[in-house]
Amino acid sequence: MLAVRIIPCLDVKDGRVVKGVNFVGLRDAGDPVEVAKIYDEQGADELTFLDITASHENRDTIIDVVSRTAEQVFMPLTVGGGIRNLDDIRRMLNAGADKVSINTAAVYNPDFVREASYKFGSQCIVVAVDARRITEKLTKEDILKLADDKIKNEYPDVLLDECEAGDPVWEVFTHGGRNPVGIDVIKWARKMEELGAGEILLTSMDRDGTKIGFDCELTSRIADALTIPVIASGGVGNLEHFYDGFKNGKASAALAASVFHYKELTIKQVKDYLKERGIRVRG
Amino acid sequence: MITIIDYGMGNLRSVAKAFEAVGVAVRLTSDPKVVKEAGKIVLPGVGAFGDCMKNLKKLGLVEVIKEHVAKGNPYLGLCLGLQVLFTESEEFTLTKGLDIIKGRVVKFPEEEFKKQKLKIPHMGWNSVKIQKETPILKDISDGTYFYFVHSFYVKPDDDSVSATKTEYGFEFTSMVSHENVFACQFHPEKSQGDGLKILRDYGEL
Repeated sequence: MLAVRIIPCLDVKDGRVVKGVNFVGLRDAGDPVEVAKIYDEQGADELTFLDITASHENRDTIIDVVSRTAEQVFMPLTVGGGIRNLDDIRRMLNAGADKVSINTAAVYNPDFVREASYKFGSQCIVVAVDARRITEKLTKEDILKLADDKIKNEYPDVLLDECEAGDPVWEVFTHGGRNPVGIDVIKWARKMEELGAGEILLTSMDRDGTKIGFDCELTSRIADALTIPVIASGGVGNLEHFYDGFKNGKASAALAASVFHYKELTIKQVKDYLKERGIRVRG
Repeated sequence: MITIIDYGMGNLRSVAKAFEAVGVAVRLTSDPKVVKEAGKIVLPGVGAFGDCMKNLKKLGLVEVIKEHVAKGNPYLGLCLGLQVLFTESEEFTLTKGLDIIKGRVVKFPEEEFKKQKLKIPHMGWNSVKIQKETPILKDISDGTYFYFVHSFYVKPDDDSVSATKTEYGFEFTSMVSHENVFACQFHPEKSQGDGLKILRDYGEL
């Protein structure tokens, strides 16, 4: 039987590991390769690097991090952040990444996901979706104001429907959860699957950094709507939260950064706990 | 020295680094002449079956690989390198493979899996049930987990070539071993210590 996956995420800036709480107040905490090796020893099932390097000149630092990691750590490695074109993907895969995760570039050009999966195979294309539950009434007019022209003209079927505050509706955001784009998360995830995404990395921006647990309502809705695996992310703070993400969120994998990064939990603790509660894990 | 065949598809660097990590020297080549003289070859690969066969043909590698195997030299296939060993694949249109092992490559049943809430691709760590004694599995115990990512699986006509099976909706052949031919559906190069043991043992054959 297939085991659920525990995926530590390392936020990398200018070639060094950092972790933001709600994406602000970053703090430097080490060499990514060393951290990757620790997670490898702890029994991580995969690793994800999220490159948050802002300046263009330093964008190549992540290539070096990926290639040094791939020489020493033999497990699946995903790289996200700043993947905008086919050449970016090629460079990451050549450096030793197994998958790339695409976020903003997909929102502005969904066809990029189609091209990327056609060129490199669905198995290496992860689409990262940052989701927030709507908090106010949205009319058709509001939604059209938020949406990009490309989406309005070519993919109108992914736009939000009119909704009221409190409805179980989630909207896609870009730029670390700051910019709403008028897209319905469930429709979007389905569209990404249709265009060739191999996995969805679903981050609840409402939960990210809060440590109150994954948004299992959102996660299970997406998992039920798709045939490709869903990776739950955002909000995990304790062992019970991991269990909930798999049991109630129906996720195939759970991604977490700070609980591992600040050594609040080890991957082994998480796996032991899940195993005790009847969730199949490796090791 | 192990010869890794570079036919323009897949994670060659990962495979090369994994062998090197366990002290096995490797070279990468797409030259049929080099493959002809090679001892042990490895055919890695990620991607589509049709593209793989097309590239092997274009590079003049199809006959060379078949001769290599026919002469009794060791072959290790990884993922797509397992699938192309078979007679044909249903990926997109029916495509002929190397036909070294009789059988077919088929897709996991989508409708059936949807009912069972099983995702396609089969992606992640799954365990193997060892079916028979195999030299490159000598350090692997029954139930060991390996990393998989695939939507198609192999159905050998003769089940006795199955070295391991894996449960995903049903039991499928996750590794074949037949005389000098070894091939895994999973990725030993991405399966941490247990995966590296398989590569080391292939290197030491």
